Amino acid sequence: MEKSEKKTSYFSKGVKDGLPIGLGYLSVSFAFGVQSSILGVPILISLLISATNLTSAGQLAGLEIIARSGGFLEIILTQIVINARYFLMSITLSQKLEDDYSLPNRLLSSAFITDEIFLVSVTKNRCVNKSYFYGLSLLPYICWALGTLVGAILGGILPFEVQSALGIAIYAMFIAIIIPPIKESRSVLFAVLISGAISCLFYYIPLLKDSVSQGFAIIISAVISALIIAKIYPRGGADE
Amino acid sequence: MSDIRMIALVLTMALVTYLIRVLPMAFIRRKIENEYLKSVLYYLPYTVLAAMTFPFVFYSTGNVLSAIVGVAVALIASISKRSLIVVAILSVFASFIILIAF
Repeated sequence: MEKSEKKTSYFSKGVKDGLPIGLGYLSVSFAFGVQSSILGVPILISLLISATNLTSAGQLAGLEIIARSGGFLEIILTQIVINARYFLMSITLSQKLEDDYSLPNRLLSSAFITDEIFLVSVTKNRCVNKSYFYGLSLLPYICWALGTLVGAILGGILPFEVQSALGIAIYAMFIAIIIPPIKESRSVLFAVLISGAISCLFYYIPLLKDSVSQGFAIIISAVISALIIAKIYPRGGADE
Repeated sequence: MSDIRMIALVLTMALVTYLIRVLPMAFIRRKIENEYLKSVLYYLPYTVLAAMTFPFVFYSTGNVLSAIVGVAVALIASISKRSLIVVAILSVFASFIILIAF
């Protein structure tokens, strides 16, 4: 009895923390749905993409490949590169799981690792509880699919300026995620500045831009800057 | 392109994305002890988001000025602790205003 009460409270705490993520996902997935309708992808296909992938940048790249009849190898390589960050997040998350996290729960939870769900789950908890994690994932998942569906249906009738302006939604979300930890910790600020700067080098130096694809440039920038900052500002034993 | 091929591409994409997410969770059962590696893993999510945002955000609306205004609004809204959806909507709205004004 006591245990199930505790479970419910973990779950509802997760749902509560997931609500702002879900609301944010509504606008971003709406933008994705609009984009897919512009590219001529059928409504149900774009819904299927969101329901099975739950990833912003990866879906956007995949959508573009699907819309222009790209190949299977291309879509596989693109997803590996763009989504490689989830591999790193998954490693971090694996270190923070409570001891009773069974293999089936690990297999199911993994499907919901996104930038936002990951960040909230590891920054708001010393240890991640499985009921909490499922509660946290619930609304973002539903909202991601729902927003996509509505965007795909309405996409064709939106004015051009609205369609263009929606392109910034996903980045606004990234900014909203990065800012709070930056306010808390100077080392995170430096990490973000260095990573953004290296990423700009890859974009603006023609030789680098021509020889390294966008997905790889992101990974290289992120890894190099994390390696540097971890040397300068080790976290020691304190995770928080 | 046929719907069947589209669906196959979507499911391929989904499978690859899932495998990336599940492999560490399924197979890393021990705690990482190396302090340096732990520090790197702590910073990585933030550096990934930063590298994905810059400089691409400035080209996300097809008009650099509107994107800069959108970023400024997103920064201000985030710093004053607005929620994810408020930040996203304000930023889109600001970009939209610039797009129709110029």
